[in-house]
Amino acid sequence: MFDPIMYLKVFAIGGLVCMIGQILIITTKMTSARILVSFLLFGVVLEAFGWFEPIRDFAGAGISVPIIGFGASLARGAIDAGNVTGLLGVFTGGLTTVAGGLAAAIFAGYVFGLIFSSRTKK
Amino acid sequence: MNENERNLRYNAYVESKMPKTKPWPSLFHAFWVGGLICCVGELIKDLCLYIFPYMSTQEASNWALIALIIIAAFLTAIGIFDRIGAYAGAGTIVPITGFSNSIASPALEFKREGLVFGLMAKMFIIAGPVIVTGVVASVIVGLVYLFI
Amino acid sequence: MLNRLGNQTLVFKNKPRVVGSYSVVGPKEGKGNFGKFFHKVLEDDLFGEKSYEAAESKMLKLAITEAISDARINKDEVDALFAGDLMNQIISSSFAAKTLGVPYFGLFGACSTMAESLIMGACHVDGGFARYVACATGSHFSSAEKQFRYPLELGTQRPPSSQWTVTGMGCTILGNTNTGICVESATIGKVVDWGVSDVNNMGAAMCPAATDTLKAHFYDTGKTPDDYDLILTGDLGKLGSEILLDLMEYNGFKIGNNYSDCGQMMYNNTQKTFMGGSGCGCGASILNSYVYSRMRKGELKNVLFVATGALMSTTSSQQGNSIPSIAHAVSFSLGGKERNV
Repeated sequence: MFDPIMYLKVFAIGGLVCMIGQILIITTKMTSARILVSFLLFGVVLEAFGWFEPIRDFAGAGISVPIIGFGASLARGAIDAGNVTGLLGVFTGGLTTVAGGLAAAIFAGYVFGLIFSSRTKK
Repeated sequence: MNENERNLRYNAYVESKMPKTKPWPSLFHAFWVGGLICCVGELIKDLCLYIFPYMSTQEASNWALIALIIIAAFLTAIGIFDRIGAYAGAGTIVPITGFSNSIASPALEFKREGLVFGLMAKMFIIAGPVIVTGVVASVIVGLVYLFI
Repeated sequence: MLNRLGNQTLVFKNKPRVVGSYSVVGPKEGKGNFGKFFHKVLEDDLFGEKSYEAAESKMLKLAITEAISDARINKDEVDALFAGDLMNQIISSSFAAKTLGVPYFGLFGACSTMAESLIMGACHVDGGFARYVACATGSHFSSAEKQFRYPLELGTQRPPSSQWTVTGMGCTILGNTNTGICVESATIGKVVDWGVSDVNNMGAAMCPAATDTLKAHFYDTGKTPDDYDLILTGDLGKLGSEILLDLMEYNGFKIGNNYSDCGQMMYNNTQKTFMGGSGCGCGASILNSYVYSRMRKGELKNVLFVATGALMSTTSSQQGNSIPSIAHAVSFSLGGKERNV
């Protein structure tokens, strides 16, 4: 807990992942939706090959806060639940693990959407 | 010169006239802002573990994600997130904050078209593809693991 | 006898005159290079309305009514209103026309609408079908952004080749009077598409159309670029105006210092708009304020206004089509020959 070396690793890996995203934006003119989709898929692939676990042990939030972590959780959930409850688990597992984040995003978006309005850019 | 050839030549010419921006500053902005957001996530996780010693690491990192999502949605609502995003680019899009912003910003924008067809329906114009990709890919991966 | 020259140019023998004009812009444009020329600068671009679309409509209505009073005529004397905007089904114009109660033609020419409405209006006045006509158009940054790009609060970076949609409206009243600025001739453009599909680089997409119309205008009328004190394009932006000059030179027309672009001039360098302004309101607001006022002072005698428009929609872009473009040219002159009666 509160290990400065760990924070350094989180900063470096998290920053690096975002920098790769920025390189993609500059070189391919990708829109933000495409960036999100490709990083999410990348996370699913990492988890599918079992590479996500060791990276997370090394970098912590540096890899789990980027949307890669969201993809990895989805894949992990489907694999784990599939092992326990078979075919049904494959369908229920993915969304179960990310339900917290998804519900928080939808809830926050809805509530703030009710209260606030968009404003023009200066 | 046929039409295709003319269009290709014109597009190549336009490409050569395009304003060239130095990539390094924007890469640096993305790096430090993105790194910082991840550190905030780590900090929230550590704080959860510190305050609630019996909490599992998995639970704590879930709380960290939820906190980041709510903070990002709030910053979107008060009109600050788009300015940070204009500075940091992928630095705010790639972390989970970008996902939260992509849900909150259309909600704010389209509420004027009503709650059902405006706010609720348009909420997913950017995040929808992300959720669809994630669910489809996870089911495929789960199926592959189930049968091998 | 046809009142035409060459293939694309109309000649207005009865010389419809500009009898009134008005421009209203948003706060960002007010802080730009032309702030002191606009008739009205809004402090808030929501303009007391509930939505940006409603604000756009209200601004357009204001521009039309104020232009009518600037012309010192009665609303009933306006025999036709020609208006258009960027919104789907041109709602801003139609909703403004609804409350005005003036015979109305809705036009869509994307950002070329100012020239399009002037040509249609001039034809009506010249042909004796109307005493006075109102030609109006405008655009609003926030409603255009919502329709064509992303929600305002989405945290993305604008690409360096992008342009900023101008929040601004302009209205010209044309009438059959004896003095003032007259619409001498106009060249109707063809739709031109040279395969540019980048929606963040509209200037480059519209340049071939502008070149095509300018070429046609000079061929048809026998004039040269030097015959004009000012050749003003609508919203090509910084990159687009460089490309236009290159294309014109390639076609054998050397355009010198008398060339300007409304989009390029609209904002100053500190306003982070990259290539400058775009949208219907860009050319409309500058033409109806700065250009007419300089012409009235006699500082400019012959002006060629070329409004360019990109005729794509979000659907056509998503389906992978390139951007078809159009440009219409309107030639204004001061004084000129006496009217043929």
